[in-house]
Amino acid sequence: MDLSAISPALLVASLMAAATPILLAALGELVVERSGVLNLGVEGMMIVGAICGFAAAVESGSPALGFAIGAVGGALLSLIFAVLVLVFLANQVATGLALTLFGLGLSSLLGQGYVGIKPPSTPRLDLGPLSDLPFLGRAIFSHDAIVYLSLGVVVSVWLFLTRTRAGLRLRAVGENHDAAHALGLPVVAMRFAAIAFGGALAGLGGAYLSLVRVPQWTEGMTAGAGWIALAIVVFASWRAGRVLVGAYLFGGVTVLQLNLQAAGSALPVEYLSMSPYIITIVVLVVISASHKRGSAAPASLGKPFHATQ
Amino acid sequence: MNRRTLLGSAAIALLTATTAFAESHSADGEPLKVGFVYVGPVGDGGWTYEHNEGRLAVEEEFGDAVETVFQENVPEGADAERVMTQMALSGADLIFTTSFGYMDPTMNVAAKFPDVKFEHATGYKTSDNVSNYSARFYEGRMIQGHIAGKMTESNKIGYIASFPIPEVIRGINAAYLAAKAVNPDVEFNVVWAFTWFDPAKEADAATALIEQGADVILQHTDSTAPQAAAQAANENGANIITFGQASDMGEYAPLPRVSSIIDNWSPYYIDRVQAVMDGTWESQSIWHGIDEGMVGIGEISDAVPEDVKAEALEMRDAIAAGELHPFTGPINKQDGSVWLAEGETADDGTLLGMDFYVEGLTGDIPN
Repeated sequence: MDLSAISPALLVASLMAAATPILLAALGELVVERSGVLNLGVEGMMIVGAICGFAAAVESGSPALGFAIGAVGGALLSLIFAVLVLVFLANQVATGLALTLFGLGLSSLLGQGYVGIKPPSTPRLDLGPLSDLPFLGRAIFSHDAIVYLSLGVVVSVWLFLTRTRAGLRLRAVGENHDAAHALGLPVVAMRFAAIAFGGALAGLGGAYLSLVRVPQWTEGMTAGAGWIALAIVVFASWRAGRVLVGAYLFGGVTVLQLNLQAAGSALPVEYLSMSPYIITIVVLVVISASHKRGSAAPASLGKPFHATQ
Repeated sequence: MNRRTLLGSAAIALLTATTAFAESHSADGEPLKVGFVYVGPVGDGGWTYEHNEGRLAVEEEFGDAVETVFQENVPEGADAERVMTQMALSGADLIFTTSFGYMDPTMNVAAKFPDVKFEHATGYKTSDNVSNYSARFYEGRMIQGHIAGKMTESNKIGYIASFPIPEVIRGINAAYLAAKAVNPDVEFNVVWAFTWFDPAKEADAATALIEQGADVILQHTDSTAPQAAAQAANENGANIITFGQASDMGEYAPLPRVSSIIDNWSPYYIDRVQAVMDGTWESQSIWHGIDEGMVGIGEISDAVPEDVKAEALEMRDAIAAGELHPFTGPINKQDGSVWLAEGETADDGTLLGMDFYVEGLTGDIPN
C-alpha cells in the first residue's frame, strides 16, 4: 500500500465537489419536509435540473446561466408535484415516485441531442491570497462559486428556520397545518413556495453534477443521488447543520474509499465499498441520539391538508 | 369447490389463454415479439447503448414482421425476474437479457415459460429454452493493454472495474499481460466500483487514479464519465489517455480516447430472431471475438505513435486469424503457481470461470 500517493489537499477538494450535489438537494428537501410535505421526487428533479442546466450552458456558453436554468427546471417540475398534492390532494408518496419516473423520462427526451458534448468549463473562483495558502488554498479555496453558494445555503436555511418569523411559520405549518390555518397562515401558499424552493435546489444540484462533477450529459446520470439526499434528511433529523455533516461525510468517505483502493489499501474492497453508507448513517444517528430534544419528524409530514372552512 | 381451487383454476385458465394467445400470434402472421432487458439506460453511450443498437438493427431488418419491446435500468436481482415474467406474460416469443447478473433470474423465468426462448448475455448457464452468448472482450483488451504499456510515462495504469466476475477479471489479466510484455515496469491500480453504471462514481474513480499518478485509464464500467473526467484533467495540464468501452466513444477522440473496443451485437440478434421465425432456434452457447466481428477495435487516433498503431493493428489481425491468443504461456498465477506452460494457450472453460489474477498484479479480488 502506498498511502503517500494520496494527497490530503486533493482529497478534501474532491470531497467538497463530490458532496455538493447531494448537499443542495438535501437542503431543498429539508425545507419541503419542514413545511409538512414529503416529496420523493428529488431524483427526478435533480436529473431534470442536470439536463436543463447542461443544455443551457452548452447553448449559451455560460455555466452561470446553466446553473440558473437548472434550478428553474427543477422548480418547474416540482410545481407539477405541488399542484397535484396541494390542489388536487393526491397521495404525496405516489405522486413523488411518479415525479421521479417522469423526470427520468423527460430528461432523456430533452437530452437526446446532448450526448457526448463537452460543457463549457466552470471557472474556479479567484479568492486572491487565500487561494495561495499552503494546503488550505488547494483544499478549500480553489472551488467554483456553487460550492461556496451551497455552504451559504446551509447557513441561510438554518438562520431562516430558527431565527426568522417566516421560518417559524413554515415550521408551524409543518407541525400542525390545521392549527396554522386556524391562526390565519396561508398553508397552501407556503407549501407551494417550499416545494418550489426544494425543486430549485435539487435542480441546481443536478446541474452541478452534469456541469462540474462528471462533466457531461448521460441518461440516468444521477444514479440514485436523489435517494441518498432523501435518506440524509431523515438521518440528519431535519436539521440543516447535520445535513451538511451527512452530505460531506458521505461524499468524503466515497472519495476516500476510491482513493484507498487506487493506492492498494489492504482493507477488503467490500468493506470500503459499503463504508460511505454505513459510516454516514452511524455518525448521524449518534449525533441525533446525543441531542434528545426535537429530533422527530414534522408532525404533519405527508398528511394532506384541506381547508374545510 | 372452495375458493382456493376456484382461484387456482382461474389462474390456470388465464395462463392457458395467454399461452394460446401468444402461439396464435406467430401462427397467423402476427409480428414476432422480441423483448430486451437492459441494465442501464439506452443513452449510457456504452454497453446498453450497443445492445439497443442491436435491437434497432432487428427492427430495421425485419420491419413489420417483428415487434420489439425493451425495459431499461433493470436492477440485477428480484426486479429482473419480475420484468422478465411480465415480458413473457405479455406475449414475448424471444427475450434477450443483457447483463451477467440476470443469469439466475433468466433461468428461473425460463423454467416457468417453456414456450418462450431466452438468450442471456455473458453468462454460462443454458437449458432447453435458454441460450447464452458473449463476446471475447479480452481479445480487444489485449490490444488496449499493448497500447497502454507503450504509451504510459508514469508506468501507472488505472483500471476501473465493475464487479468481480470472470469477464471483468479476464479483462484485467489480458490487458495487464499485454502491457507487461512491452513494458516490464508497468503497474496496474484496480479500483472496484461495484456498479455497472454510476457516472459520478466512475468519474470520481478516474479522478482518484489520475491524482495518484496514473496516466492511462482503462474501464470496465458502462458510461463515458471516465473519458469526461480525463478530458477535464487534460485541460488542467495532465496528459491522460483512455479507451472507449463497449461503444466507440469517438466523441472523446483523439484525446483522451485513443482507441476502443466495440461490441457489435446486431448480426447475432438478427440471426437469432430469424431462427425463431424459421422454427430452427436451438439452445446454444456462443462466444465470438474479433474474428466473427462481435468485438471490434475502434479507430486508433493520431495521438498514438505510428509504430504502436501498426503493432496494434497487426495484433488485431493475428488474433482474428487465430495465430495469437491473449493467454499464451508461460503464465503464472498471482501466487506464483504455474498456470500455463510455455506455448500453452488457455482453454475456454478456465477462461469462463476465471477467478484469479496473473502473476504481477497486486491486490486481492473481492469475493
